[in-house]
Amino acid sequence: MKKFIKVIVWLIAVIGFGVGLYGLYLRFTTGHRMTDYGSYIPWGLWVVFYIYFIGLSAGSFLLSTLVYVGKIERLEKIGKLALFTAFGCLVAALFSIWLDLGHMARVGNVLFHMNLNSMMSWMGILYSAYFAIILIELWFALRIDLIETANTGRGGSAGFAKFLTFGSTDTSAESKSRDHAKLKVLGIIGIPLAIAFHGGVGSLFGVIQARPHWNSGLTPIAFLIGALASGGALLTAVVYIWGPDKNKQKLNEMMKFLGRIVLALVLFDFLLEIAEFLVGLYSVAPAERLPLEAILNGPYWYVFWIIHFALGVVLPAVILFSTAVPKGRPDKNVGGAIAFACLLVAVTFIAVRFNIVIPAQINPEIPGLEYAFSGPGLKFTYLPTTMEWLVSLCITSFGILIFLIGEKLLPIVKNDNREVA
Amino acid sequence: MALIDIEPHEIRQRMINDLQRALKKPVYKRHWAMVIDQAKCVGCTACTTACVAENHLPPGVVYRPVVETEHGTYPNVHKTFLPRPCMQCDDPPCVKVCPAHATWKRTDGIVEIDYNRCIGCRYCISACPYSARTFDKGYFYTDGTPEIMPYEKEPNFEYGKEWPRTDRESSPIGNTRKCTYCIHKVEKGMLPACVTTCIGDATYFGDANDPKSLVAELLSSPRARKLREEEGTKPTTTYLV
Ligand code: SF4
Ligand code: SF4
Repeated sequence: MKKFIKVIVWLIAVIGFGVGLYGLYLRFTTGHRMTDYGSYIPWGLWVVFYIYFIGLSAGSFLLSTLVYVGKIERLEKIGKLALFTAFGCLVAALFSIWLDLGHMARVGNVLFHMNLNSMMSWMGILYSAYFAIILIELWFALRIDLIETANTGRGGSAGFAKFLTFGSTDTSAESKSRDHAKLKVLGIIGIPLAIAFHGGVGSLFGVIQARPHWNSGLTPIAFLIGALASGGALLTAVVYIWGPDKNKQKLNEMMKFLGRIVLALVLFDFLLEIAEFLVGLYSVAPAERLPLEAILNGPYWYVFWIIHFALGVVLPAVILFSTAVPKGRPDKNVGGAIAFACLLVAVTFIAVRFNIVIPAQINPEIPGLEYAFSGPGLKFTYLPTTMEWLVSLCITSFGILIFLIGEKLLPIVKNDNREVA
Repeated sequence: MALIDIEPHEIRQRMINDLQRALKKPVYKRHWAMVIDQAKCVGCTACTTACVAENHLPPGVVYRPVVETEHGTYPNVHKTFLPRPCMQCDDPPCVKVCPAHATWKRTDGIVEIDYNRCIGCRYCISACPYSARTFDKGYFYTDGTPEIMPYEKEPNFEYGKEWPRTDRESSPIGNTRKCTYCIHKVEKGMLPACVTTCIGDATYFGDANDPKSLVAELLSSPRARKLREEEGTKPTTTYLV
């Protein structure tokens, strides 16, 4: 079954990437002309995908720190998997926001002409630091395994591992404990960093006074909780398929543990959402009301009600309540059910991100502006074009491919921990 | 009516004189300001069009739309018109958010964008409470016809530099763009295009730091209002209501 799922994921990633390449081609040849965002709604689908992936990355990274800093024994074997998932998502997120820029070649200006008053400059700084920390952490976490693979493995994988050891050969217990100490320090630095950068993405929106739907102290917190919920859910699904599964009993127990964490986070995130909706809808100011009304009752109501509420909250919560919460020995199908529920949470979270970015922009800042002058992009409605979807498909598939290829080539989960080695 | 004693035909001459006086001062002592008399505006949108022509604005980019509002119910209705250039805010949120220092408040009051530095992230568009910033996606009016007309490729002269439009990648394509108060004309002693084309003489321009200037007088009118003042952006553009 797992083999089958893996094949399916490979197929989706490869086909998605291939088809998505056409979108990328259009992006590079026609720029932004085939997109639907513009002057009045300046941010579209690629910003949505950016905050979606960055949330997934922050979430699974924060869970990896549970392993290296919190030393939660049950999760010990999935530390590397969490780090690598965070890495794949980070690359996808940065790719997405880079393609969104009007001048991609000038992205360095964010660092060269840094404006410390701008949350976006802070993002530039924090992402660079985060990128570095993930890579260094991954290296220390993989070092011993890389050396072992280089020595015992066969073919390309061994050669690749040997290259990545960068000449390190020490596999003594001493060096191992040194690695662990370093990982702990890196993890400790990583926690505030991950909180800062994802809270920072929330603040990037939260500080925009002109858009009351974003302009709230709760925005960064909601971003963080959302990141933990979606990233945790993705990781749980990934663990089930790619994680250490030799010991079925242990795997199922770990799945239950993760499932409970995800359930709590999903419900907490939903609570924040309810608070935001109730307070916002009480207001009579259109800038507060309109976005919420559009989410609940607008032409794209199904994004909230069906994709998010039904498939992303209710269904997973029911499954998790009935599988992850009951005490006692888990039966053998529990893991799969939990993984399925978590996958639902992770995938449908794109709806939450969509409803954060787009509806906040649909309220004309000057009433009547939409009728004052016409032209492409001078409107307050937005529906992503096929080209935008293709580019996002390409980015998503690229992220998945990074994960799949890395998982094949690197000793992310050691073979002796795998059932199907 | 503005509480000043001036004949309509004298208005432009006086604004030109004010402008010449201001240009003799060092840049940092000027504070360019625009005053729009809503009671005189007839909503003809001549200013919008003049601006498009002056700055060679492509489709999807507009610096000065005229927003119409209808009041009352039929048959007792009337309309008001609100031309909306950039407010050239004294506390501009668009400047604060720019990650590349590509937009800033000049000492003469203009909020400038450096097209060569702007990365096109559009954060400033999100942050402007007046929707005064637009995104140049690289369209031409003659897109979809056999040939892009040469007049569309002619350079504009925003901020006193030349910005030709010969390809679809070079700035200002891919950048955020907004009203500059036609500072390239002003620094050459000419009034902004919207001011000279306004058929109702509803738009005034000059140096707010010069107490003798027409705009300074109008700014002290009891009819003077700023748009969305509660945002704390301290707009320079002022309306007479
Ligand atoms: S009106 Fe908008 S673009 Fe102009 S200075 Fe103010 S915030 Fe910036
Ligand atoms: S679009 Fe350009 S001017 Fe606006 S915030 Fe981004 S870099 Fe700055």
